[in-house]
Amino acid sequence: MPLKGNLKDISITQVLNLVHVAQKTGTLTVERQNEKAYTAFLGGKLAFAQYGQEDSSLPAILYRAKKITASQYRVIQEKARSVSDKELGLLMVNANYISQQDILASLQMHCIAVINRLFTWAEGIFQFENDILPPDGKIPVRVNLENIIIEGTRRMKELEQLQDEIPSLDIALKFANRPGTNIKDKKLNVDEWKVISYISPRNSIKQIAAATKLSDLEIRRVVYTLLQAGLVELIRPEGAAIPVPIRPAIPNATHEEQTGLIHRLINRIRSI
Amino acid sequence: MQTVKMVVTGPFNSGKTEFIKSVSEIAPVFTERKISSEAEKVKATTTVAMDFGRITVDDDLVLYLFGTPGQRRFDFMWEILSEGMLGFIVMVDSTRPETFREARNILETFRAYAPTPYVVAANKQDMEDAWDLDDMRITLRLDAKVKLLPCVATDKEAVKNVLLELLYSILEEMESGKGR
Repeated sequence: MPLKGNLKDISITQVLNLVHVAQKTGTLTVERQNEKAYTAFLGGKLAFAQYGQEDSSLPAILYRAKKITASQYRVIQEKARSVSDKELGLLMVNANYISQQDILASLQMHCIAVINRLFTWAEGIFQFENDILPPDGKIPVRVNLENIIIEGTRRMKELEQLQDEIPSLDIALKFANRPGTNIKDKKLNVDEWKVISYISPRNSIKQIAAATKLSDLEIRRVVYTLLQAGLVELIRPEGAAIPVPIRPAIPNATHEEQTGLIHRLINRIRSI
Repeated sequence: MQTVKMVVTGPFNSGKTEFIKSVSEIAPVFTERKISSEAEKVKATTTVAMDFGRITVDDDLVLYLFGTPGQRRFDFMWEILSEGMLGFIVMVDSTRPETFREARNILETFRAYAPTPYVVAANKQDMEDAWDLDDMRITLRLDAKVKLLPCVATDKEAVKNVLLELLYSILEEMESGKGR
């Protein structure tokens, strides 16, 4: 019977710890809304990972890891479409196109990146099925889970703190109106500049994250930095539902009756 | 007889119970229990359900002040308490910056429950290690329009001032919403 549950009850670090300690072989699928991650383990070690429909072919992984150029990626894709990753890897190593170490390091990085995304999921349905191996033709890696779990625990803790600071990603950002502040003078990193370029009352943080391809944790980290630096402020996005106007203190009372009531309260408080 | 209510909320040990006690004409009904959590043993007891105090305005009108439980495990009470409130007061202990983040979260939660007017009371301003209001405003990320008022929950005049400022805000809100 597959191991099933929800990440809100059993965290991803607990699931990975179980796989690690029990040295399990099988596949772990985690799903939430429109997202799905598929990971495979061999003897308790991470062997393969795929995030949704993202291209996890060897050429795509090598390209994302900057081991091959865009034109090399296109050529390989065209000429080796029907070749499996295992065969392609062998061909590339034999042709001295790339080293075996570079291939393995890139695949490991890719697998860890997929797992790292899962650490930002507060909930999601998971299912572990024993003895189901990675797809044929894929090159399995052997990544020890201990360090991933330790790093993941840190990330989850950080995310919890950032969620306290920025509880919702449905709000928008605007530049803080502080005289004398010139954003060009600030030493921002690449992600921060990317986010800056999308700041507008029309864009929610969630939309900015989608446009910049940042995970929940990454976007929260960037927004928190910008908030702490006093460069931006949180605002309600343009077009978002406007809060309902103040509810009358006395239902069905006229405006005059309402204000009259408040004046009576004011006079009473003054007289205490 | 009409009854209206205001809610006094804020983090654990921010002074909500004292605040109500200072102006209530009746001995407020407190529902306090000994604190079990080690982390929250700053004081001996805490409010577990709600406090309420009463201010009779005249024969037809009574104002109730409801204090929310400070410990997060009782926050299921908040939504119930916020139902139909005129406005709310967020108490913040000016001497405990470690509670500022929670105060802001509570504020956001209450705003989501009911978008009624509110003020923030910076309590324990008489203490030597109390933070300045300007510094608190920045740390709490309060907009310039939000009233952040100095307060000493045991001082009746200071408490009256906070209540009055909230009532003025409610009045302003009613005036500005007259045409809606």
